[in-house]
Amino acid sequence: MISIAWRSICNRWATALLAVLAIAMSVALILTVEKTRRDARNSFTQTVSGTDLIIGARSGSVQLLLYSVFRIGSATNNVSWESVEAIQKRSAIKWTIPISLGDSHRGYRVLGTTLDYFTHYRYGDKQPLSLTAGDVFDDVFDAVIGSEVARELGYQVGDNIVVAHGTGDVALVEHDKQPFRVSGVLAPTGTPVDQAIHVSLTGIEAMHIDWRNGAPVKGASTPADAIRAMDLQPTAVTALLVGLKSRATVFREQRAINTYREEPLLAILPGVALQELWRLVRVAELALMIVSVCVVLAGLVNLMSVLLAGLSERRREMAVLRSTGARPAHIFLLLCIESLVLTLAGIVAGLVLHYVLTGIGAIIIRQQFGLSIALTAPHTNDLKILLAITAAGFIAGTLPALQAYRKSLADGLSQRL
Amino acid sequence: MITLDSVRFHWPAQSEPVISIDSFSVERGERVFLKGPSGSGKTTLLSLITAIVSPQQGTIAVDGKLLNTLRGSQRDQFRVDHMGLVFQQFNLLPFLSIHDNVTLPCRFSKRRTLRATDSGNTLKTEADRLLNAMQLSASELNNRPVSDLSVGQQQRVAVARALIGKPPLIIADEPTSALDTDTRDAFIDLLFKEASSANCTLLFVSHDAGLATRFDRSVDLAAINTVSASSPVQGGTT
Repeated sequence: MISIAWRSICNRWATALLAVLAIAMSVALILTVEKTRRDARNSFTQTVSGTDLIIGARSGSVQLLLYSVFRIGSATNNVSWESVEAIQKRSAIKWTIPISLGDSHRGYRVLGTTLDYFTHYRYGDKQPLSLTAGDVFDDVFDAVIGSEVARELGYQVGDNIVVAHGTGDVALVEHDKQPFRVSGVLAPTGTPVDQAIHVSLTGIEAMHIDWRNGAPVKGASTPADAIRAMDLQPTAVTALLVGLKSRATVFREQRAINTYREEPLLAILPGVALQELWRLVRVAELALMIVSVCVVLAGLVNLMSVLLAGLSERRREMAVLRSTGARPAHIFLLLCIESLVLTLAGIVAGLVLHYVLTGIGAIIIRQQFGLSIALTAPHTNDLKILLAITAAGFIAGTLPALQAYRKSLADGLSQRL
Repeated sequence: MITLDSVRFHWPAQSEPVISIDSFSVERGERVFLKGPSGSGKTTLLSLITAIVSPQQGTIAVDGKLLNTLRGSQRDQFRVDHMGLVFQQFNLLPFLSIHDNVTLPCRFSKRRTLRATDSGNTLKTEADRLLNAMQLSASELNNRPVSDLSVGQQQRVAVARALIGKPPLIIADEPTSALDTDTRDAFIDLLFKEASSANCTLLFVSHDAGLATRFDRSVDLAAINTVSASSPVQGGTT
């Protein structure tokens, strides 16, 4: 039966190919949507592992999460250095990583921080950052660059870079008086860390020494050595990542910071804020999922119509099969096998297409958002989806099969056309 | 081989009977020519003998088996086990090779597979033998698609298929009406030769009375079917 079904399909390869293609595209779409959704979540979750609290100026928790960790959007306000010091003195707090954003270098964000960043920041499965070359920053004008910055801009340890104010791709005012030197290159992490240029907080201050009110002071040019000699205490940072001695104190600490009297601050739990983010994007996800499911259904309806349309021109074929001993049940089975074969072929082609799409998509997403999407074996969720599509394809085949069954019963062996 | 007794049949949607045969029989090994004009109920009679439909009254026995004792799927099995069928045209599946077309009944009938291979032949060599007997050189035709064959060649492949596994009864429904006279005569020669070497009973249906003389016996359906002469032409007949 299978070989007859197969050869019958080959005989009508053009329509069969179209049916397979329709299913393949729908399968590729649904898998890609599903994978993007999953990987985006994964990637977001992996970016903030081991951080108990994120503290910033009072705004929305999702906004704080996005600009502090994912470098999406920008801060509305800063956290004063006094507050940072007050928080650092709290007994429950184990470590803090101050983050100062707002400058860029050729489209990549410059992140001012302390050495604690390299000791305490964790990504993925609580993995620490590591350097592939050079060392962490030591001097005011040292910079540690992310792996992608190094790769894309071709920087090596010892190269000089010029930092621009603002975060656009093309910055009009450059801090060209104080060039920085690449002191180290970080190993790839698959997180926005890869896209950042890390300098010390004093480095951030140093860049702005000859600036007043967001513009460079004409003619002013303080030599680097003079700057090094200055006491460059930062006045404010953008956000503060906090690790606690005990996770049990997290809600108490959060409340304490949220009710801090000296300055309006906001402390968020990254996990909770992520959940909030997921709630926001769930509508979009759902819409995408519904569209993909509809596309799959369209593919299956197409399969059904191809099989149904084929029936009338295949009445003769059915009659020949019947006259040589095929029972109506065989005819039913034949059609079911055909729909199954076409669905499976569509799924295989769809998987191939999906991997091609994610291969291309991964490059774009990495460039745009710094999120890594790896080519992996199908997730169990994907397998469930594929199984459901197979079952749906089989069911879609039963209607034409039933039709063929009835017709072959009614037609008998006669060769009516 | 075939015995009809007091058979009355009308199509479900109609009340007028199309077949009313008191008695008709074909002996084992006989070659019977069944003639009748269009609309005389030839195809309906064949549907009855091949157990596609059941008569409302009377009994039909084929190869000693009363057809009305068989259930739906048993009828299908009985048909493929005991009968080889050849139709007017379009007998072959275009997507199967000539060989696969010939051995097609053996996919559905264990009995015919066994009988086709009991001489020690494989199905393939048996199909080759039959094709050769039908003057279709296997080596020459085998790799060609079915659609490349002429109508006469296609009909001979259909006969080879009807004969494979030596079913006791061969029913040919207007197998020559798409053929020209020369091809027709050669076709009937081959059909007779192979049917007798396989000890098959042959029921040959045609409106072409000129062929009748070549058969053991010729039966005019209009003579045995008491309704056909007076009744208007009913649906379901050709």
